[in-house]
Amino acid sequence: MKQQLIQLEINNQLYEIPVTPRDLLVDVIRKKVGITGTKKGCGEGDCGACTVLMDGAPVLSCLTLAITCQGRKIITIEGLADEQGALHPIQQSFLDHGAVQCGFCTPGMILTTKALLDKNPHPDQTSIKRGIAGNICRCTGYKKIVEAIGAAADRIATREVK
Amino acid sequence: MEGKKFSQVGRSVTRIDGPAKVKGEAIYTDDMVMARMAHGKIKRSTYAHAFIKNIDYSKALALPGVLAVITGEDAPNKWGIVPQTANEVTLAVDKVRFHGEGVAAVAAIDEETAEEALDLIEVEYEPLPVLLDPFESMKRAGEILIHENEPDNVLHQGEQLFGNPDQAFAGCKYVLEKKFYTSYVNHAFLEPHSSLAHYDPQNGQLQLWSSNQVPHYLHRQLSIVMDMPMNKIRVILPAVGGGFGGKGEASSSDFCAALLSRKTGRPVRVTYDRNEVFVTNKGRHPCHMKMKIGLDQNGYIQAVDFDNTLDGGAYAGWGMVVMFYTTSMIHLPYKVPNARARVRRVYTNKPTCGAMRGLGGVQPRYAMECLLDELAEMMGVSAYELKMKNAVESGYRSVSNLHVPHTEYKKCLQTVVENSGYLEKHGKQPFGKGIGLAGGYYISGTAYTLYLSYKPHTTVLIRVDTEGGVTVHCAAADIGQGCNTVMAQMAAEVLGVNYEDVHVVSGDTELGTFDLGSFASRVTYASGVAIKEAARQINDKLFEVAAGMLSCRAEQLEVRDRRFYSVFEPKKNIEWEKVVDVYTNTVGTLTGIGHFSPPRLKGIDLTRGERVQGANIGHSPTFGFSAQAIEVDVDVETGKVRVTKVTEAGDCGQAVNPMSVEGQVEGSIMFTLGQALYEEMHLDEDGRMMNACLHHYKVPTVMELPEMDTTIVDSYDPTAPFGVKESGEGPVQPTIPAIANAVYDAIGVRFTELPITPEKVLKALKEKQGK
Repeated sequence: MKQQLIQLEINNQLYEIPVTPRDLLVDVIRKKVGITGTKKGCGEGDCGACTVLMDGAPVLSCLTLAITCQGRKIITIEGLADEQGALHPIQQSFLDHGAVQCGFCTPGMILTTKALLDKNPHPDQTSIKRGIAGNICRCTGYKKIVEAIGAAADRIATREVK
Repeated sequence: MEGKKFSQVGRSVTRIDGPAKVKGEAIYTDDMVMARMAHGKIKRSTYAHAFIKNIDYSKALALPGVLAVITGEDAPNKWGIVPQTANEVTLAVDKVRFHGEGVAAVAAIDEETAEEALDLIEVEYEPLPVLLDPFESMKRAGEILIHENEPDNVLHQGEQLFGNPDQAFAGCKYVLEKKFYTSYVNHAFLEPHSSLAHYDPQNGQLQLWSSNQVPHYLHRQLSIVMDMPMNKIRVILPAVGGGFGGKGEASSSDFCAALLSRKTGRPVRVTYDRNEVFVTNKGRHPCHMKMKIGLDQNGYIQAVDFDNTLDGGAYAGWGMVVMFYTTSMIHLPYKVPNARARVRRVYTNKPTCGAMRGLGGVQPRYAMECLLDELAEMMGVSAYELKMKNAVESGYRSVSNLHVPHTEYKKCLQTVVENSGYLEKHGKQPFGKGIGLAGGYYISGTAYTLYLSYKPHTTVLIRVDTEGGVTVHCAAADIGQGCNTVMAQMAAEVLGVNYEDVHVVSGDTELGTFDLGSFASRVTYASGVAIKEAARQINDKLFEVAAGMLSCRAEQLEVRDRRFYSVFEPKKNIEWEKVVDVYTNTVGTLTGIGHFSPPRLKGIDLTRGERVQGANIGHSPTFGFSAQAIEVDVDVETGKVRVTKVTEAGDCGQAVNPMSVEGQVEGSIMFTLGQALYEEMHLDEDGRMMNACLHHYKVPTVMELPEMDTTIVDSYDPTAPFGVKESGEGPVQPTIPAIANAVYDAIGVRFTELPITPEKVLKALKEKQGK
């Protein structure tokens, strides 16, 4: 199939990538760019593991055609830690609260949380649950994920006050 | 080191693979890239039962970019995790037995080409009658056989007799018998199977990276299918995205990748789509059960009679083992002096069933805990009283010779009843609200290997030197449950260092020492024994050197906080590194090696002293226990059952990493809540799966998360390393019956078929109104 060059800004770095009209964003990120933190759990938009942030909003990269993303800014899980490699408060909170087991849902879960907290910095438990309702985790039973998100919100709020 | 005073064990610590996972840097099999790597795809059967008349792949082979095509004839050797019943092949030979079974596989330069090639493979089938119900399958065995050498369409059947149940039932005051059915469910681990094989034609070595939880058993199966000695094969687990038993045997992706790699001379990867995860299944066996329990006038269980027909699907897999686990699991956690079990595992033209978290326990536990709930009602006492009265105690030996060295099961029951307010709530809430109580237990490892062998089940090698510090080698599989962290904690405990100082090399059959794998909740206990022994040997050697450096006697030293101390004169102490430095400078690298062999208890009927078929299955060095009180709201308008609160108390012995134990418990409960209320794979009449995706196969999301109150009860098994027991499968057991008992409390309807869907609830409510 005919390829076309598109520009994507992924984790603040510009990439020029040849894609076919049917290439999915998840495959382009994982295979053509070669950063594999974005996971493919179902390929049908049901599990949320492939979530990335596009211009700040969470999108399912397995349902997104790469060719429609020309010029967009994408953040994957690899783009969340700061320049010096320090973990983002959400990442730290997931670690501290035992919200990670097999880790396969974790990148999507953390990025969905990022979008949630950007929009609603002080979510109550119901808002947290609604925020991550589209991300399946089969290991943790979700309790520690909800706790981690609540604690991350507090951590970010405290940091911003300083 | 004996006793409960620990510094590294018993601490909630972050998992050692955690940082890589939150950064997206953990490498799973499908993340790997190798030079010249080709991509494999599997062509799947469009019939559930048919002879293969012909496969023509000439057009596929001619497609540019296609490197190789294989069919069943390329690897006809049969594999199976239970060697006595091994009957699976990599790709179907002559006949397909379920819809979606692999019939051919392609390797191509990219996935698109491989997929295109699959469409060019022409398979000619001669359809056969499709048997989807185990009873129909047995009935029509004279007319149609799924396997030629299995005359009744039955893999195996067994009868176990302990004591004299008939006589015991005759003397019972309260007897209840009911039928129960558990549904056809899948693990739905988040990472689909993925296998990457690299065969090197020059040295004849095969390396396989796989998303798997039993590298050793996979290693054995590869040797059989590939006709290669095990010492020419290396199995490596990258990060594994969950298993829950579903990666507890080999997968066709492993063999296809390996065969295609050998054929092309290139590395080949096969990653399944979600649809393929469902259609190759290996999930929990649907069980058609009949259970009868008899109590004497005081409420003591006198006898249990259990009949179980397991719907096994197309191949053997773990089937025979699962079947005998369902019989073993009626002997605990209550004292059952007389028991009979009649069980059979039947072939049907469905994707095969296999091992799934808490295998063999979940089904009989559902029946038993529901029956006890109703028997309590018949007696006019609380289910709590009845369960406490019959609960096992430390040192108990069942009539089937299961030995329970230590248990805090009664404490679990007490704790949940107190914490949930069960006695104040049960039977006293408005219509639609209910609370249910159930208990359960699980093994902490097995007594026997799946193939006849006397070798230790686990070996741990600890290496200490100035370069690597402490490295623990063991081919155990961390599939997300966190065993690498727990092994580091246990090694650090004995060596007197911090868990962060310990490197763990696991999931590798070459660099790791022998281990059977992650199943049967065995790893913490088994590796714990081996780690203790290996670390003791290291300490013995270092104590000698430290003693010389401190001018005191080796047996008067202890090691803690990375220092050796004289127990009599603690100011005589020296840093751990300095002693290691002296040892390695004078002798070289230090090693210690420890093994674990479980006690080989025989499955006998203690009343007669006779061996009982299949009763070796179920023995374990120790057992974990869990009790749960679950509260539900039943919406009488919509029929929807909502779990509002789960109160749990578990006996996992000494928790090595309490945060990790909580994660296992909470995960177990939500995992099983799905089976109770939502999950079921549906096949159409031709055997095609109708909901082979996470959209239509409903696993719990966070919206179903109830309030959860879990307690790790104070427990320490003095016979276990560090006092440990299992924690990842015991808490699976009580969830379904606790929910069913709660629904019964809420609306007075006993659901004996899973899942308890809104449709079933509405139908039952309507019938109840009609009465």
